[in-house]
Amino acid sequence: MIYADHAATTKMSATAMAAMVKGWEVYGNPSSLHTIGQEAAVVLQQAREQIAACLDADPKEIYFTSGGSEADNQALRSAAAIGKRQGKMHIISTAFEHHAILHCLEELKAEGFSVTLLDVHENGMVTAEQVEAAIQPDTCLVSVMYANNEIGSVMPIAEIGAVCRKHNVLFHTDAVQAVGHIPVSVKNDNIDLLSLSAHKFHGPKGIGVLYAKKGVRLYTLIAGGAQERGKRAGTENIPAILGMAAALQEACDHMEENTQHCKALRDRLIAGLSQIPHSVLNGDPLHRLPSNVHFCFEGIEGESLLLLLDQKGICASSGSACTSGSLDPSHVLLAIGRPHEIAHGSLRLSLGEENTMAEVEYMLEAIPEVVSYLRNMSPVWRDLTSGKKSFLL
Amino acid sequence: MALYSEKVMDHFLHPRNVGVLEEADGIGEVGNAKCGDIMKIYLKIDNDVITDVKFETFGCGSAIASSSMATEMIKGKPVSEALQLTNKAVAEALDGLPAHKLHCSVLAEEAIKSALKDYYDKNGIAYDASQFPDCENCAHCVE
Repeated sequence: MIYADHAATTKMSATAMAAMVKGWEVYGNPSSLHTIGQEAAVVLQQAREQIAACLDADPKEIYFTSGGSEADNQALRSAAAIGKRQGKMHIISTAFEHHAILHCLEELKAEGFSVTLLDVHENGMVTAEQVEAAIQPDTCLVSVMYANNEIGSVMPIAEIGAVCRKHNVLFHTDAVQAVGHIPVSVKNDNIDLLSLSAHKFHGPKGIGVLYAKKGVRLYTLIAGGAQERGKRAGTENIPAILGMAAALQEACDHMEENTQHCKALRDRLIAGLSQIPHSVLNGDPLHRLPSNVHFCFEGIEGESLLLLLDQKGICASSGSACTSGSLDPSHVLLAIGRPHEIAHGSLRLSLGEENTMAEVEYMLEAIPEVVSYLRNMSPVWRDLTSGKKSFLL
Repeated sequence: MALYSEKVMDHFLHPRNVGVLEEADGIGEVGNAKCGDIMKIYLKIDNDVITDVKFETFGCGSAIASSSMATEMIKGKPVSEALQLTNKAVAEALDGLPAHKLHCSVLAEEAIKSALKDYYDKNGIAYDASQFPDCENCAHCVE
């Protein structure tokens, strides 16, 4: 099996697993005053410091959550609560955010907030100029993802952060796809709030972080005990937190070599798949995650492509929401202006350190074969090749 | 993948009756590329019996499997019997489809009816229009 779906989730690293075992052995409750409890408090603090160092943050700015979605929700709710107190009810975000952001924004809209979703253009990018032009006197928050989870484009986060600082507007970034893969510094990038998720960088599932810059008052989603400085109740998930810290440390220590490795595979895949006629690479070719390859192929539908690739031992993803119970194509592809019929025929390959060039060469044999097999049974393809309809790609 | 039954996977991976009939007596095409599914059915009919059938489909795994199963179910059958084919029968023959994929079996039924209607129209055979879906508007997905 070739696993090329690292943007969905990653395999746990041996280091992270070993750290989790330690987390189960240190079984005390960090809130207990006795020795066993305090042993747990010590490793929890160490993990917090390790994660803070990886992000260029202070340990007191790290809040553990159940993952990226919770962190996103808490970030938006916090900024909205601050805004509401100041009579600022306008939020800026983008049209291709993760649903954890978009659906939370829908809720805030229903509560009286107004939301501007910035256009992300055909290359899947927003600019600092766009953000600046959208800022109003009553803007309380700008939320722009660090890197897009489907098409892999990487936003100019430091510039956007600088614009937000200049206008005194809180800046949140959903960095779930970026942290552990490309350099992220909350200081250099002018970030006030950041979400991350451990399982995207070989850590465990069900654990993440909300970074909140000192002075940004968090809204409490889960009320109860005084854990996480009173902002997120619940006994800390020590094994998961230790696993996340170890995985992040490892990812950051090896970032340069991992990046070089993935980039070489990515660029070979992009060059090879670009040879398929009537196809298009989605996402910016230069400002792009080292691991992301995303194409649309005209005349075919993504789910059947995925099922056939699975039969050939390739685990990939489409971005086509077909598999997730909705008939609508990906909101990301629609946001970059792909027509519905093109957006249905998408393929995302997201690479990891363990992928090899031999696997890439195999994929470059298998994918064109499957695409042409499906095209040959497609009435859409027949209409295109017979001239009855015109190619869009 | 556990999303689909073994029957669905079998018909998806080894679709029966894929292709085109150059001299078809009836052709039906339903669906919309925008929605992600199009099915086209070609029928060869001799003495009111479907002697051959081919299909082309643009769509997900269950759309391809539904087309394949539906063509198998009507091949060699009299036209009157093919007209009775329901989406439910197609879905059942596939050992079920996930709820959000049931529209694929509806498309298969509509594609066959549309091809039969085309056969009637071409041959000037009178029919009861109410037994055919309104394929000008068979919008199975709402844009």
